[in-house]
Amino acid sequence: MSVALSSTGRQGGSTKRLMRRRIASVVMVSLTCVAAAIAVVPLIAILGYLLRKGAASLSLSFFTHMPAPVGEPGGGMANAIIGTLVLIGIAATVGLPVGIGAGLYLAEQRGSRLANLVRYLADVLNGLPSIVMGIFAWEFLVRPFGHFSALAGGAAIGAMMIPLVTRTTEEMVCTVPQSLREAALALGYPRWRTSLQIVLRTALGGIVTGVLVAVARVAGETAPLLFTAFGNQFWSLKLTQPIAALPLQIYVYANSAYDDWHAQAWAGATVLIGLVLVISVIARLVTRARFGGGHD
Amino acid sequence: MTDLAELRNEARPPTAVSSSGPVMAVQTMGLNAYFGDTHAVRDVTLDIPPNEVTAIIGPSGCGKSTLLRCLNRMHETVPRARVEGSVLLHEQDIYADDVDPITLRRHVGMVFQRPTPFPTMSIRDNVAAGLCVQPERALSRRQVDEVVERALCEAALWDEVKDRLRTSATGISGGQQQRLCIARALATSPHVLLLDEPTASLDPMSTQKIEELVYELRRTMTVVIVTHNMQQAARVSDRTVFMLSGEMVEAAPTRDMFTTPGDPRTEAYITGRFG
Repeated sequence: MSVALSSTGRQGGSTKRLMRRRIASVVMVSLTCVAAAIAVVPLIAILGYLLRKGAASLSLSFFTHMPAPVGEPGGGMANAIIGTLVLIGIAATVGLPVGIGAGLYLAEQRGSRLANLVRYLADVLNGLPSIVMGIFAWEFLVRPFGHFSALAGGAAIGAMMIPLVTRTTEEMVCTVPQSLREAALALGYPRWRTSLQIVLRTALGGIVTGVLVAVARVAGETAPLLFTAFGNQFWSLKLTQPIAALPLQIYVYANSAYDDWHAQAWAGATVLIGLVLVISVIARLVTRARFGGGHD
Repeated sequence: MTDLAELRNEARPPTAVSSSGPVMAVQTMGLNAYFGDTHAVRDVTLDIPPNEVTAIIGPSGCGKSTLLRCLNRMHETVPRARVEGSVLLHEQDIYADDVDPITLRRHVGMVFQRPTPFPTMSIRDNVAAGLCVQPERALSRRQVDEVVERALCEAALWDEVKDRLRTSATGISGGQQQRLCIARALATSPHVLLLDEPTASLDPMSTQKIEELVYELRRTMTVVIVTHNMQQAARVSDRTVFMLSGEMVEAAPTRDMFTTPGDPRTEAYITGRFG
């Protein structure tokens, strides 16, 4: 240490160079700090603005009442809130088994040509514009039946969940040490039981987190629902009928010419972002329970 | 499918003598093991007598772990790995077409270098894990509990964990986890127990406990232990096998190996001139 220090003092001009390095370091640190601040500004700005605009229309009746006709004060989005939950349920029914199964396959068959192809296609599917998913679902799940339906909407956003869940499952399964697989095989576990009972169970905490993130992501999707679930001004839980959804209701209300509908749209947006935040926080808690709870 | 369970009766009487001498617990004949193009084990012919501890020693990368993993067909679970030659378990070829490796592994237990408790399972469920995958042996809860207690006692762990059998298996110390893994392997009553450097990641106290345990186990089973620690081999084993570059240089009673090695390479290794 002392040798290194004395050598800097001995060479001419080295203090100048040191000064220049320090300045460069301070400048770079400041720049990255500013970039980090800018990165979180949109979220904070949106949250603040939403709360200011939406809080006024938010009340218990917003959650329990049906939409009121134009001109009538009050009213709520009970049907849209429930509709969104129903759609998420359908999406999870479609997306989770396929996504988790595919993720397990990718992780256990790492390096095989088919796995590489599937992984690449999952990434492509992940980047697919959601409106394209909506059109596709309309063509195959709406047009043949002649009417919009909750099932078509749920299937469309469920398909969007698949690549998200697939990749998270794959990553989480890959974090399970190979030694654990070998331990199970050496005990006389068949391969399939090793995968399901040891590997998948060990990775479950991480997979749940990924699933919640995927749910939060698709909960706010609007485009795939426009011509599948379509929206519904009335109370409907029939899966074969059009169903209301928060993003759709926000879309319709925000596009309208009425001030009280605009206010309702702001309130709806606040509820939607609140839903997404709650899911994200649960995901974090699940993650922490898994990685901070004394387990390795 | 050959029922290896039948072998248990033949295995026990240590005096069983066939025309060619005592029945060996494990015999390898012209065993070669490969990883892709890498020739990891070269033409090993080895007899492992029953109810003895056989230690396999040698420098890192000499193929000792691979040889061990050929004995319960774990070697073939690695992609591009293959085996040539034969391995006899109580005179029965475990690489025969009609032998199911999954059944085989229930008779040849294995413990690895690092403790591998299943993190999602309790201590009790870890020990019972091997029992629960045996479809032909549906045990009642009480029977499972009895086996768990027996296995934990045999692994000298019962007194330390008997009050927290339902707690997570990752909450105990590394040495205890390794004894838990031994208990898990013992629960299925294997004929042969394979130990792959079982104390490599443990402190001296835990190491001593496991060595005492290994010494006890040979009363009821055949133990094969891979170790890079020659003192350990000298302490726990009856016979020692020395391997170098994938070849078996020498196999002899441990006492002879460490006092009068038959091969100059063995002598060079055990006197510390390389390795």
